[in-house]
Amino acid sequence: MTLQLAVALDGDSFAAADWVGWARQADEALLDFVTFDDRFGRRGPDAVLTAARVAPLTRHVGLVPVATTTHTEPFHLSTALATLDYASRGRAGWQVRISGDPAEAALLGRRPPLGADELFEEAVDVVEVVRRLWDSWQDDAIIKDVATGRFIDRDRLHYIAFDGRYFSVKGPSIVPRPPQGQPVVAALAHGPAAWQFAGTAADLVFITPADAGDAAKIKSRLDPELKVFADIAVFFGPGAAPSDAAVFTGTVPQLADLIGAWAGSGIDGIRLRPGLLGRDLGEITRELVPELRRRSLFAPSAAVTLRERLGLPVAINRYERPAASGGAEGAPRPEGVPVA
Amino acid sequence: MPKQIILAAHFPGVNNTTVWSDSRSGSQIEFDSFEHLARTAERGRFDFFFLAEGLRLREQRGLIHDLDVVGRPDTLTVLAALAAVTTHLGLAGTLNATYHEPYELARQLATLDHLSGGRAAWNVVTSPGAFFGENFRRGGFLDHADRYVRAAEFIEAARTLWDSDGGDFSITSSQFGIAGRFGVPRSPQGHPVVLQAGDSEGGRELAARHADAIFSRHHQLEDARVFYRDVKQRVIRHGRDPDSLKIIPGVSYVLGDSDADAQEKAHHIRRQQVSPQTAILLLEQLWNRDLSGYDADGPLPEIDPRLDEDDTIIKGRAGMYPDRLATAAEWRALAEAKKLSIRDLIIEVTGRQNFIGTPARVAEQLDEYVQTGACDGFILVPHLTPAGLDDFVDQVVPLLQERGVVRTEYSGGTLRDNLGLAKGR
Repeated sequence: MTLQLAVALDGDSFAAADWVGWARQADEALLDFVTFDDRFGRRGPDAVLTAARVAPLTRHVGLVPVATTTHTEPFHLSTALATLDYASRGRAGWQVRISGDPAEAALLGRRPPLGADELFEEAVDVVEVVRRLWDSWQDDAIIKDVATGRFIDRDRLHYIAFDGRYFSVKGPSIVPRPPQGQPVVAALAHGPAAWQFAGTAADLVFITPADAGDAAKIKSRLDPELKVFADIAVFFGPGAAPSDAAVFTGTVPQLADLIGAWAGSGIDGIRLRPGLLGRDLGEITRELVPELRRRSLFAPSAAVTLRERLGLPVAINRYERPAASGGAEGAPRPEGVPVA
Repeated sequence: MPKQIILAAHFPGVNNTTVWSDSRSGSQIEFDSFEHLARTAERGRFDFFFLAEGLRLREQRGLIHDLDVVGRPDTLTVLAALAAVTTHLGLAGTLNATYHEPYELARQLATLDHLSGGRAAWNVVTSPGAFFGENFRRGGFLDHADRYVRAAEFIEAARTLWDSDGGDFSITSSQFGIAGRFGVPRSPQGHPVVLQAGDSEGGRELAARHADAIFSRHHQLEDARVFYRDVKQRVIRHGRDPDSLKIIPGVSYVLGDSDADAQEKAHHIRRQQVSPQTAILLLEQLWNRDLSGYDADGPLPEIDPRLDEDDTIIKGRAGMYPDRLATAAEWRALAEAKKLSIRDLIIEVTGRQNFIGTPARVAEQLDEYVQTGACDGFILVPHLTPAGLDDFVDQVVPLLQERGVVRTEYSGGTLRDNLGLAKGR
């Protein structure tokens, strides 16, 4: 069976040419999406801005930056990701990250770090607010009605009126609903608490199984609606292996064998994490991808938006309600229920 | 050699001067629109592209404002994407010091400076409290007086972070207590260019102490000269070279085949900018009360403005009328003398185009402003999106280039180089 294919661009370069080169390689190989790692205090550029920098220079590949829910303003996050969706014409995603690191908290000086449970609880609220803000403009809110002089129909804009334990946001967004309606929300999950969070808040989860059997076991514990991608760190030569993913070293045909073995575990896709971007990304796009296509393990999608590429359902706007259900102002869905 | 004119292009929107009803008006939100304006500005060898920031949709009479352009993208994200489709144009974003945090914003601006090859600029503004605060964790807790304290400390903190060259920092001030590793090495400009908007006493002082450029609103030649002298004197008082702060007013223009043709076009544009509905809303913003029962083609209200500044009828727009009664008296006198309806009066007293005439006349006037010490350049605010700058670049820029006051090719590598500013510390 075919798999979807993503690559992690976990670089720390500040040279635009590097990022453009990497993103274009992935774009030309027709990969489904790339991710951009980030954390406050690390050496490296802001991931959302890096994704935006390559957006106009790529055409197919989805762009999924990491951004934290722990230290950011949900309003800024929502508008930045919506804007990435506009600049990429519907290819934006977001890998949610939480942080319990006191050193990161000290960079912001806003509050001491929360405990793990609270960080997840806050992250659920942030994702909920970001999604509500994306929905806060109905798709047809801009009317440009010269006869009445109205640019928008304000009845098709909605206050999200979120009031949670950690923050409140009134809304609506300043950005009209983005091309995908809802950019794709992803989360990296190493264990049960994060799997649970992903099932509540995300559309897609990166899991870190040790082998195909482990992948099948984890998949069986996850929300069946979730798209599941398994992480594999890839080294076509020497390099320092990460501690949080299956590590592959060997040849291109051997990696294709491994991916073939994982394909039967029920997962939807693989995210390859090149150990050395300059070397390993080139091997992946030039050698591995054609090999996977020959073996019918990967078939590029012609879909325009990232949601479509991933086979996610059309994002229904929670504020669009059939007239029969009554009430002029659509009430938001219960907190924490994913839109998809 | 004559002084070089700084030129910047403002992407219009979210005010009644943007004529969305014109058949040539395109999207205010699709990336193509931003790309078109930025490429046009670069074709005209402009110094920078200038973008405002949105934190909440404006409300009037308790309702979301629906007559003007509403909605815009996130400032930094658009600028990062524009860095991909331009090569020399500076990328300036308005970013609020009240609802951002120094570490995160300094990191984003340094990222933009790296990923654009040294073209980032930050227009620092502050916000009045509670209305915008309702969209943010850090809500509306700042007193008016503390807004400039926070802004000044914010700029200082950002400069400390940029100076850390990616290494460790520790900042303790009245507003901030932050420490750690910055993570972004020194960017091409050292410090992105810092602009400051605002004509108030606090704004002028902040700019004179901290900014590389000030975005002013003085449109009449003599007012502009007075402002120019005042701000440059303040810069000197703070021990800085007066040339180290550039004064760049936001201006609009209308071109025509003859001066009379341009005047006629300008009149037509003003009628589009101020519809009867818009006229009433703009009048309400001074009167500070609901005037929806009044006829825009009729006379001004007999009643006086309401003076409650804590509860204004417009939310999300800075106060424009320090003395409502005095301004109302002026407007009444003007309407009386010229027999103006509400709409005609509003057209007369708000948002007049600054430069109207043939391309030759406009080029001459712009040059006169700069050569006679009224400003160092202009932020041009077209009334159409996204093609509103095409005629200026095609018709006026070549004349300015002939005069030797606008470059024919970019020489410098960074925005600071192009503006003639020293590299950030």
